[in-house]
Order: sequence, then structure tokens, then C-alpha cells
Amino acid sequence: MEDLILWSRAQFALTAIYHWLFVPLTLGLGIIIGIMETMYYKTKKEEWKTITKFWMRLFGVNFAIGVATGLILEFQFGTNWSNYSWFVGDIFGAPLAIEGIMAFFLEATFIAIMFFGWNKVSRGFHLASTWLTVFGASISALWILIANAWMQFPIGMTFNPDTVRNEMTDFWAVALSPIAINKFFHTVTSCWVVGSAACIGVSAWFLLKNRHIEMAKKSIKIAAPIGILGIALTIYTGDGSAYQVAQKQPMKLAAMEGLYRGQTKAPLVVVGVLKPKEEIKKDYNKPLYAEIKIPYVLSFLGYRDINAFVPGVNDILEGGYPTPNGVKPLSAKEKMESGAKAVNALGEYRKAKKDGNMQKAEMSLKTLNDNYANFGYGFIKDESELVPNVSLTFYAFRFMVIVGSFFALLFMFMAYLNFKKKPYENYKLLNWICIICVPLAYMVSQSGWIVAEMGRQPWVIQDLMPTSAAISAINTSSVITTFIIFCVLFSVLLIAELSIMFKQIKKGF
Amino acid sequence: MDYNFLIQYWWFIISLLGALLVFLLFVQGGQTLIPKLGKTEIEKTMLVNSIGRKWEFTFTTLVTFGGAFFAAFPLFYSTSFGGAYWVWMIILFCFIIQAVSFEFRKKENNFLGTKTYNTFLLINGYGGTFLLGVAVGTFFTGSEFSVNKENITNSIMPIISQWINPYHGLEALLNPRNLLMGLVVLFLSRMLGSLYFINNINDITIRQRAKKTATISGTIFVILFVTFLLITFLSEGFTLDPQSQLVSMEKYKYFTNLIEMPIVFAMLLVGVISVLYGLGKTIFSKTIYTKGIWFASTGAVLAVLSLFLILGYNNTSYYPSTFNIQSSLTIYNSSSSFFTLKVMSVVSLLIPFVLAYIFYTWRKMDKISITKEEMQEEGHKY
Ligand code: HDD
Ligand code: HEM
Ligand code: HEM
Repeated sequence: MEDLILWSRAQFALTAIYHWLFVPLTLGLGIIIGIMETMYYKTKKEEWKTITKFWMRLFGVNFAIGVATGLILEFQFGTNWSNYSWFVGDIFGAPLAIEGIMAFFLEATFIAIMFFGWNKVSRGFHLASTWLTVFGASISALWILIANAWMQFPIGMTFNPDTVRNEMTDFWAVALSPIAINKFFHTVTSCWVVGSAACIGVSAWFLLKNRHIEMAKKSIKIAAPIGILGIALTIYTGDGSAYQVAQKQPMKLAAMEGLYRGQTKAPLVVVGVLKPKEEIKKDYNKPLYAEIKIPYVLSFLGYRDINAFVPGVNDILEGGYPTPNGVKPLSAKEKMESGAKAVNALGEYRKAKKDGNMQKAEMSLKTLNDNYANFGYGFIKDESELVPNVSLTFYAFRFMVIVGSFFALLFMFMAYLNFKKKPYENYKLLNWICIICVPLAYMVSQSGWIVAEMGRQPWVIQDLMPTSAAISAINTSSVITTFIIFCVLFSVLLIAELSIMFKQIKKGF
Repeated sequence: MDYNFLIQYWWFIISLLGALLVFLLFVQGGQTLIPKLGKTEIEKTMLVNSIGRKWEFTFTTLVTFGGAFFAAFPLFYSTSFGGAYWVWMIILFCFIIQAVSFEFRKKENNFLGTKTYNTFLLINGYGGTFLLGVAVGTFFTGSEFSVNKENITNSIMPIISQWINPYHGLEALLNPRNLLMGLVVLFLSRMLGSLYFINNINDITIRQRAKKTATISGTIFVILFVTFLLITFLSEGFTLDPQSQLVSMEKYKYFTNLIEMPIVFAMLLVGVISVLYGLGKTIFSKTIYTKGIWFASTGAVLAVLSLFLILGYNNTSYYPSTFNIQSSLTIYNSSSSFFTLKVMSVVSLLIPFVLAYIFYTWRKMDKISITKEEMQEEGHKY
């Protein structure tokens, strides 16, 4: 059972990480290509067409493998998270279906024109097709992120004990949840950062090789401003994400900060080194070896109030800490008891109803409803399960924020050189940095998902369903087999993709 | 609009998507024909590019079919995908390798070599169509699973849908009726692929060869399909008693459904006649008849649609359990809530627009058929 959960998670993580290798470039480079083609449309200069077509070739290679990995993610909810699919399918299925109808067909239709339509349709129609493809990709991101946000903060539904599932009662609450909005903007604008970094990095390589100087500089001219806009919005929405996490998933915030004992006027740890678990146990007040802190900032970022109390891991387990609205949170023990009551009451309700004992059914139903908010805790055996992997979340978060902020400097510097008309083909070091930034951007982006997904464990649906209750009843060996197949297959395809990409880049414009 | 109506409506949408998917499998059928129809490199290029510009539609329809099934009938999603794990996984593998093959096969430094990607296309063409057919076959023959909602209160193993045998879907390959359905879909896709090539590629050699494959695959398809219909109509089916909500076996259930739903019956007849007309005209016309695909595809969509409707409507279980017949899924016990179906129905109003822009762009791109000359020009090619 334990193994089955672990392997199912590993398989989902593997395929999601692979999918996320390709999605950011589709979203980010898409915008850049759209602008390049718009330049061609406006100026009618052939060189813009050449530039557009070069980046489009890379886009196409990346797109195909993004589609291949996405297919698996969608069907995996059924194959590996079968219980999940029933328990919340009534809410979760809708965004996936809407994504297909609204977004994937838009992409699939207009991408064909984008690639094959140069001589078949008018320039204007072609340009529109390119933008529609980009638009379709962004809408697909919107719906899948609405789905993901709902898992982090379930809203707009009630539990129906007769069907044993959650049922949607308010579509707009799901679609416009504050988490969803923030997630969408943070994720999509961060993809612009990845796209710009990739475009600038490849252009920098041409500059170093002293090839296609003009084309490369023109590409940077488009990519750098998108990068600046992207990173500015990413930082702004990243702050919004952290605020939302503080409100809705305090345990995740505690893990992100490596905070075990909470405090008022909490400082933000800029850099720090976590002690091993045993060491931390000796003194929960000092979980870090070395740290650089800024006072008050964490309280302010999390609650918009420098005096606010930010709970740590232990406070959340023990409960009773002060909150802005004055309600004392339950301890983990109390939540687990309440959860067990809810699960139990559900069983009694169903039995009483079958036996026709309406009075008993009604009583059980009341117990169930009173305790439903903690339903998922009924499946938790031990308090320690409630704490996510702190060190991974802590370091992934630092990596994202610190390296991510560095991109702001880089893009601004590039734009400044551009503005001053400096010949940056002469800045050897800068060009090398730009190349190194490409893999860094991908790593930053991946670590964002690690924060979001690892930080919320053990929950697949926050407080309502732990990962362990979401799985399918299959043999562990089957999942291991498919894991290995996916791992080998995707790795081989990734090598093929990279090898084609590098060749295309070498061939140049 | 009441709940009952919306459930029926969504079964119709699912059936329509399923039918469109089966039609779009002409891409897969076309893939299996490339070695037969293309003897020279340039001929192969024409064939690959002809279907290569359409593969995304098939793929996206598969994805949307899955998404819509999830949203409208989530219990099917969790029971079938989580249970018949291996069949679905193998189908997915067949489609992953297709998604990259068109784009990668001719690119320099593609690591695996053109031959491998061509093999991928063959695996997808044969395996994907055949296994999808087998999976749909189980809709008629049933599978061994149980659905027990009380399980959720078991804090050790709270899983509602469970497969009873250890083969997790592979056992479907032991049932001849499922295999028959697999072959039906495979040969249908090959017939449609041939007819599509005739229409889409302006090259006399390829057209003549494709006429031959259309004749062979078409004939085999017709024979297999009629056999499948006869067996199905003569066999027992899974019927739902609307009063007690109990499922039981009934003789000639699917045939009874056909008689009791004359519109569906008419659809099936028109579908079959239309396929026969498109095929016959292609086979027997002295010159090359290029419009066969229009009739055959319309016919295929109608015929598949009617089969899906027979499965779901008229108090029938569309995903029966042979382990515990009361676990069988019907469109009523597996559907989403009233509210969700309402929301989804609003969204479904977009479908005509989607079909319209697909049709429009498709016409625009296909105004000029593929020729040798175009394949020799510069530009994006597979
Ligand atoms: C629509 C929902 C959704 C979306 C958009 C994503 N995930 Fe996720 N993720 C899940 C839904 C989910 C999940 C179903 O909820 C999982 C599976 C098991 C689990 O615990 O959560 C999960 C687990 C999971 C894990 C494993 C965590 C663990 O097992 O401890 C990782 C590393 C990621 N995801 C990473 C990603 C990445 C890189 C994504 C970017 C595409 C991503 N997720 C998108
Ligand atoms: C578990 C979550 C996810 C599932 C189930 C999923 C599903 C899919 C599927 C099925 C496809 C192929 C569509 C086609 O046929 O064209 C796809 C592609 C795509 N997805 Fe995802 N996806 C997930 C996560 C994400 C996220 C988080 C984003 C963006 C923020 C995203 C953005 C895209 C984009 C832009 C494409 C287009 C192809 C490409 O990647 O290059 N997806 N996805
Ligand atoms: C520099 C300031 C940044 C801050 C304060 C920030 C903050 C955050 C937070 C708090 C989350 C977790 C959200 C959740 O769990 O729901 C997150 C997620 C994420 N971050 Fe950032 N981030 C920053 C920069 C970046 C950069 C530069 C990138 C990529 C280039 C990036 C990519 C992501 C991604 C892909 C996710 C997962 C999607 C999501 O949950 O929204 N972030 N970020």
C-alpha cells in the first residue's frame, strides 16, 4: 500500500515534470513569435519573416513533445488516481473538458496554418492564426491551473453522502477563486521569463559565434522587453501567491520558510541552511545554522501586517495559535478525531438510510456535516504525516525567488544596452551568462512546482483527501513497470528533441 | 431542462465525440498504408504530409473525448481507466509515440532515425485503432469489476472501484467479440485512410494504389461489421429496470433497443448505406472518384453514433460488470451532478463554433490537393 502510493506519486511527478519541460517554452516563445510576426506584418521586411520562421521551427519541435506528455497527465487521473476521480470528478472534470473544447482545438487547428499556411492563406490570416495558437495555449493553461488551484483550495461545492462525492454548487467560485487567478498569472508570466531566457540565450550563442549578428540582435530586442514585463509580473504575482498560501495553506508556508515555532513580527529568511531533523528537534526555535533575515517582512508578506503572528509547523500541529480573525485553530489531534467522526458518520448515515432508519440517518448526517471540513484527517494515522518535506520545499522556494530575481537584473541590463545602442556582441562574458541562464530558467520554473506540490503534501485535496486515499487499486508492480516505461520513453524522446533543437540552432536562420 | 434530459444529452455528446474520433482514425489507418502506397521517397513524403496535417485533430479529439467523459460520467473514468489499467496504458503508449513522429521523422539528428519514427507510426496505426476497438468491445461484453461506495469509510483501503482479476484489462483480448470489434475499427480506419488519400493527394499512381487498398479494406470491413452487428443483435444485453434500478440480462436487448428507437435505427441504416455508396462508387467508377471519403466518413460517424446510442439509451448498461451485475454502469448511476451537467451544457454550445472554424480552415488548407511539386518546394514538411 505504502509502495503503491509512493510509485503512483513518483509516476505522476515524473510525467508532470516532463510535461513542464515543454509547456513553458510553448507559452513563452509563443508570445515572442507572435510579436515577431506582427513586426513582419507591419514592416513587410523579409528579415522579420526569416526570424519568425526560425523560432517557429524550434517552437514546432517543442510543441509536439509537449502534446505527447500532456496526454498521459490527463488520463493518469483515471488510471492512477481512480478514487480521486470519483470523489472530486464532478468538479475537477469540468475544467479538463472545457480545456479540450475551448483551447486544444484552437491550438490544433491554427497551428496547422501557422506551419503550413505561409503560401496558402493571406498574411493577415496567417498572423491571426499564430496569435490564435498562442491564445489557445494560454487558455489551456488557465483551465488546468483552475483545476490545480481548486485542489489547493477546494471551494464552490458540497459533499453529497448519497453519491459519496463532492458536487459543484458554484461554478464561478471555482473558476474565479483567488488562488486560481494568482496561479494563472504567476505561472503564465513566469513562462514568458523562460521563453525570453531561451530566446536570448540562443541569440547570445550566435553573437559569440559571430553569426547572424543582426538577426540575433533583433531577436533580443523583442525578447528582452517581454522578459522584463514577464519577470515584473512574476514577482508581483509571486508575492500574491505567497499571501494566498499564508491564508489558505499555512503548513506550506511554514515549510517554505523552515519555520517550526511561529512568532509575531516574523522575519523573512533570505538565505539559510537548515539543520538535519534530529538537530532541529533539540531546539525548534533555531532550525537554521546560518541565516540572513529581514525583520517583520514575513509577517507583512503573509498577512499584510508587520505585527501578525506567523505559525510554524509545531504551532499548526498543536493548534490554538492566534489568527487575524480571532478563531483558535484546532490541533492536529482534534482534527484527526473530527475527521474520524466524519468518516464514521458517513458510514452510519448510509447504513441507516439503507435500513430505513431516517432518524438515525439525519443525526449521522448532522455529525458528518459538522465535521466535514476535516474529512481528510480521518484517513491520517499519525500526526507526522501532516508535515510536508520541509527541506525540499525550503530550498526550492529560495532557489526560485533568488535566481528568479536575478533574471530581472539580466533582462534590464540587456534592454539598457539595447537602448544605448551598445554592440553587445562584444560583451563575451555577458553572452556566456545568457547561455547559462537558459537551463537556470527551467530549473527555477520546475522548483516553483516543487514548492506548490511538495509543500501541500499529504493533501491531494487540501484537508479533504490525502494522497493515500486517492489512488487506484492496482498492483505496485504494474505501476513500477509503467513508471520505468515512461521514464525510458520520455528520456529517449527528450534526447531526440534536444538533439534536433541543437541541430536546428546550429543551422541558424 | 431536467436532470434526466441532461444526462441523455451528455451521452449524446460523448457518443458524437466517440463517433468523430472513429472517423478521424483515418489518420491511423493512413499510417498503416504508407509502406503499401508509397514506393518512392517522394510518394512517401506526400502520404505522410497528407495525413500529417490532420493528426492533431485525431489526437485532440481523443483528449477531449477523455475530458468530456471525465466531466460527464466520472464513475466511468475512475472505474474503467483505473481498472483496465493495462489496455488503456498500452493505448496511451501507442499515441505518445505518434505525437512526436510526424515532426521528428525527417529532422536532422533525430537520434532514433527516420526508420524508427516510421515504425512508431505503424505501431500507432495498427495498435491504437485495434486496441481502441477492443476497449469499445467491452462496452458490449462487460468486464470484471465491482463498485462499492461503502469502501470510502474503510480508512485502510478506501477505494471505491476495484478490478477483480489480476490482468487489469488484458483479459479483454481473450474475448473473440472484443477482438472482432478491434478488427472492425482497424479495417474501417484503413478504408477511410485510402479514401482520404484519393481525395487529398493529386497523384495518379497513389490514387490507383489507394483505390485497391480501399477495395480490400472496405470489403473486409463490411463483412466484419455485419458479422459484429449480427452477433450483437442476437446476443443478450444488460438491461436496467428503471423502477428498481437493478440490472439484469435480457435476450436480444440491443436489437430491441434498435426497434424501440426508430430514429437510431434509421441513423444506422443511413450510415451503412452511405458507407456502401461511398465505397462502391470509388470501387466501380471507371475514372478516379475522389468524393468517396465524404460519404464514407458521414456514414461511419452515423453508424458509430447509433451504436453508442444503443449502448447508453433505453435503460441499458453501457459499461456492464460481469463480476457483479449490480455494479454495472448506466448513464444514470455514473453521471455528474445536475449542476455540473448544466454548466457543461452551456459550454457545449461552443461545439458548433469549434466545428465551424475547423471546417473553415480545413477547406482553406485543402483547396489545393497535395502534389509532387509542393513536396519539392521549400517550407515546413514532415
Ligand atoms: C491539475 C492538477 C495538477 C497540475 C496542473 C500539476 N499537478 Fe503536480 N500533482 C497533482 C496535480 C497537478 C496531483 C494529482 O495532485 C499530485 C499527484 C499525487 C499528488 O500528491 O499530487 C501531484 C504531484 C506532484 C508531484 C509529486 C509530489 C509528491 O508526490 O510529493 C510533483 C513533483 C508535481 N506534482 C509536480 C508538478 C509539476 C512540475 C507540474 C507542472 C506541470 C504539476 N505538478 C502540475
Ligand atoms: C496535470 C495537469 C495537466 C494535464 C492533465 C494536461 C494535459 C494536457 C494535454 C492532454 C495536452 C495535449 C493537448 C493536445 O492534444 O493538443 C497538453 C498540452 C499542453 N498543456 Fe498541459 N496538462 C497539464 C498541465 C499543464 C499546465 C500546468 C500548463 C500550463 C500552465 C499546461 C499547458 C499546456 C500547453 C501550453 C500545451 C500545448 C502543448 C505543449 O505543451 O507544447 N499544461 N496538456
Ligand atoms: C521572484 C519572486 C517570486 C516569488 C515571490 C514567487 C512565489 C511563488 C510562490 C509562493 C509559489 C507557490 C504558490 C502555491 O503554492 O500555490 C510559486 C509557484 C511557482 N513559481 Fe514562483 N515566485 C517568484 C519567481 C518565480 C520565477 C522567476 C519563476 C519562473 C521563471 C517562477 C515560477 C513558478 C511556478 C511555475 C510555480 C508553480 C505554479 C504556481 O503554484 O503558481 N516563480 N511562486
